[in-house]
Amino acid sequence: MASYRDLLQQVKTEIAEVDAARARELVESGEPFVLDVREQDEWDEGHLPNAIHIPRGNLESRIERAEPDHARQIVVYCAAGNRSAFAAKTLEELGYEDVVSLAGGFTDWKRNGFPVVLSDGLDAPKRARYSRHLLIPEVGEQGQLKLLDSKVLLIGAGGLGSPASLYLAAAGIGRLGIVDADVVDESNLQRQIVHSTEVIGEPKVQSAKRTIEALNPDVQVVAYEERLTSENVDRILADGWDVIVDGADNFPTRYLVNDASVWHDIPVVHGSIYRFEGQVTVFKPGEGPCYRCLFPTPPPPELAPSCAEGGVLGVLPGIIGSLQANETLKLALGIGDPLVGRLLLFDALSTELSEVSIRRDPNCPVCGDHPTITEYIDYVEFCAGTREPA
Amino acid sequence: MTTVRIPPTLREQVGGERQVSAEGETVRELLDDLTSRFPALRSQLVEDGGLAPFVNVYVEGEDVRTRDGIDTEVRPGSTVILLPAMAGG
Repeated sequence: MASYRDLLQQVKTEIAEVDAARARELVESGEPFVLDVREQDEWDEGHLPNAIHIPRGNLESRIERAEPDHARQIVVYCAAGNRSAFAAKTLEELGYEDVVSLAGGFTDWKRNGFPVVLSDGLDAPKRARYSRHLLIPEVGEQGQLKLLDSKVLLIGAGGLGSPASLYLAAAGIGRLGIVDADVVDESNLQRQIVHSTEVIGEPKVQSAKRTIEALNPDVQVVAYEERLTSENVDRILADGWDVIVDGADNFPTRYLVNDASVWHDIPVVHGSIYRFEGQVTVFKPGEGPCYRCLFPTPPPPELAPSCAEGGVLGVLPGIIGSLQANETLKLALGIGDPLVGRLLLFDALSTELSEVSIRRDPNCPVCGDHPTITEYIDYVEFCAGTREPA
Repeated sequence: MTTVRIPPTLREQVGGERQVSAEGETVRELLDDLTSRFPALRSQLVEDGGLAPFVNVYVEGEDVRTRDGIDTEVRPGSTVILLPAMAGG
């Protein structure tokens, strides 16, 4: 029976090794895939630049997702060069054609004074909380760090804002702003799941802040207990937001959010609902249409009843608000295909999703080539329906 | 024959139906057919002989304003969506 030492010696005769100086040349060329097979706590204390971390125990199951190209060179290292020797052998058995192990490992690298990246990574509690994100290659540690560094402003803590804020908070969006002047009413609780019976009569932003902080203390909630207006919008946006989630319940606010977002260059994840139907899209300045390109003119009030007038199925904002959270997370992570230039329509009665194309209007008064509206207008009057039907 | 999807805010004017069939080779002919049968729809879809600016019409998923407006061709069997803005949140 072979001992560990025998096995190690045997493996080292079968693999290629490089010393720290040669490894540095390879790493700095940017060409090879640099693989760290140490344990999490070792990685957290520092690693090679541009290295990808896959602990030895997960190597076989994860390497092909991390590096599908079997022809690309792999520089693999551990602390002293022993685990990486076995890893190199395994990689060759998996069909990787050009694998070298760093002799002397990270210890020797550091002894040479070569550059080390200190992990600004997640601590153990965050690693546990976000573990299901960390397992997704498209998110991972870097993605989770991006989410924790993201700032999302929610317009409205109502039907859409409830699920959107809960899922964004659960996902670890670092800062959530919430703008709403209303207090919680009994009739809200059929769908506004961020609130509860015991807070009836309290400001919605305070109720939402408490629920969110109980869900995830990593999230900082900025409560704006005010109605968004032409007077306060610049002040609120100046607090610095990466994405706006529009869950307003009226047209004047929606046109105001649009104009402000175009001028401040902030993408808006739009959702709207009525009875059994919902609409979702992403207005991203410079990349697609804005709300005014889609709906240049607000409908007359009799054609645009609110949920307070016409009703809404309680779960509908749960679906639409969750789709908004999904788009927001994609924008924050920079992954996938956001709904830019696409309007998603959901019909809860037939359980059908459909999609129509929407385009930037070069003649749009706000985001067009020659804008005619360049400052805030009286949005209430704009939406008051003074027009006479033909 | 074309299927026209009616938004919730206009269903009362078509007897509560979620979609209705209509005849016509262009959006204009289609709307003429619809509004002749459901006259209450007229003021909510048409303005000054054109499309009311607050209603979007999609033929096969494309906004007719990016094509030929109210004169956009509608092929038999296609789906037409009438879509007004909704503010609810």
